Amino acid sequence: MAHDKTTPAIELINVSRRFLSPTGKSLTALRDFTMTVERGEFVAVVGPTGCGKSTTLNLVTGLASPSAGEVRVMGAPVKGIDPRIGFVFQSDALFPWRTVIENVMAGPLFRGRAKSDATAAARDWLARVGLSRFEQHYPHQLSGGMRKRVALAQTFINGPEILLMDEPFSALDVQTRVLMHEELLRLWSQAKASVVFVTHDLEEAIALADKVYVLTAGPATVKSVYTIDLPRPRVVADIRYEQSFINYSRTIWADLKEEVETSYARAAA
Amino acid sequence: MTDAAIDIRAGAFKPGTSDAEIEAAAAKASQHRRRTVIFWRVAILVAFLGLWEIAARQAWIDPFFYAMPSAIAQRLYEWTTEGTSEGPLWYHLYVTMEESVIGFVTGSVAGIIVGVALGRNRMAADIFSIYIKVINSIPRVVLAPIFIMILGLGLASKVALAFVMVFFVVFHNAFQGVREADRAMIANARILGASNWQLTRSVIVPSAMSWIFASLHVSFGFAIIGAIVGEFVGARFGIGLLINIAKGSFDAAGMYAAIVIVMVVALGAEYLMTMVENRLAKWRPQPLHETQ
Repeated sequence: MAHDKTTPAIELINVSRRFLSPTGKSLTALRDFTMTVERGEFVAVVGPTGCGKSTTLNLVTGLASPSAGEVRVMGAPVKGIDPRIGFVFQSDALFPWRTVIENVMAGPLFRGRAKSDATAAARDWLARVGLSRFEQHYPHQLSGGMRKRVALAQTFINGPEILLMDEPFSALDVQTRVLMHEELLRLWSQAKASVVFVTHDLEEAIALADKVYVLTAGPATVKSVYTIDLPRPRVVADIRYEQSFINYSRTIWADLKEEVETSYARAAA
Repeated sequence: MTDAAIDIRAGAFKPGTSDAEIEAAAAKASQHRRRTVIFWRVAILVAFLGLWEIAARQAWIDPFFYAMPSAIAQRLYEWTTEGTSEGPLWYHLYVTMEESVIGFVTGSVAGIIVGVALGRNRMAADIFSIYIKVINSIPRVVLAPIFIMILGLGLASKVALAFVMVFFVVFHNAFQGVREADRAMIANARILGASNWQLTRSVIVPSAMSWIFASLHVSFGFAIIGAIVGEFVGARFGIGLLINIAKGSFDAAGMYAAIVIVMVVALGAEYLMTMVENRLAKWRPQPLHETQ
């Protein structure tokens, strides 16, 4: 096993993933999918709705395994759930019966850290996401944006080297979403994790990522890869008015549009 | 009653009415509403009992079969002060409660354990589901004679009957609750590092808890049914025995009196259960009151 620091964080090599539908038919979600995420790199994956974007993430976590091809994390093949991975979900995956601080402590406690230790770490992370005052609240008492911050703290407290995000901010309103982008970039720059960020929002992808993967309409495969050469640190609220951002946006959208139309036509048929 | 929102009717307030005035008016309206509800509840009860009493005294209905509220009250008074013909009332009540509570606790614990275990294991669930369906189709009370034959007239046979009454209800809800646990939440826990056991204990069971509690509410009533039916069929003590003896001596008032006792106990248990549930479920959103 190659464990030197030069291997990419994530490699998907010619991966296919098939499902069996409830009626017993075989469906292909991914086909000959190849992607490489370098260490500390921020990769965004965009594609039409339902094309199989989320499947790529499940393969990396080990919650699903490929039907063909190879998935490697830090140079080694994926076997089960890797503790170096953190995942932020699209839906609310917080535990509603636990207070905010108990939610954040969950990871360290599951992993066998002492309670006092976990509490201290959780306090620290809640302070970093600006929720110290809400330690004893329950998730339902918080706004959607605050719940996402709790989810970020819950994920980051485990110190993930790889961060997978599945349309994490899609349920938030536009203003809150921009604030969350800033928050995420700040946490990411401190944590130095490799990120795969799945989204259907192209502007979000360009504003955040170093590289944008455009996927085809399902079964998904990589259509093209764009390197986003915008300077960091980025101010997400302002960056979208810069000319270079608009140029990226226009080029990639032209590419993505075809796939969206294919996917739409198929759904309508 | 309490979750009803109080609407502010359009035009009820002139522009410029302060919040304090609106709140005062709303508080008054809600108090008024509460009083009306209580008034009608009491009125209906009084009318029902009054009508019963009059009907029995006027011989519209035969008091021999239907008794009358005053006779029932009289019988309850006798039982509490002088005891029943079979010994002190409290002892009978104690015996029935002991059977119900033991049956309820063991039945629900077993129901939760088996429900969660099968809910977590699809293979086992597929294998056993047919047997559970078959056993579940037996009306539980027909087991009473069998239990009494095997376990005798004492505590064990009643507990067994209360147990089977409770077990299936709780099992069903626990199983369903486990199956309905949110997939994202489970995936989240696993990625955060939860082992299988941690996942069951700190994610699956808590998320099934509201389902389980829904079944616990009804199943204490079922436990009482189990105990009393068992006592009908054969017992030396218990409320069911009192009803049976009252039946044997054509003592209508005695039967109704026993029913009143069971009613009070069941309502008390329901109240306790709601209190426990509210305490455990403090994480759940409270209904929001409009202008309260």
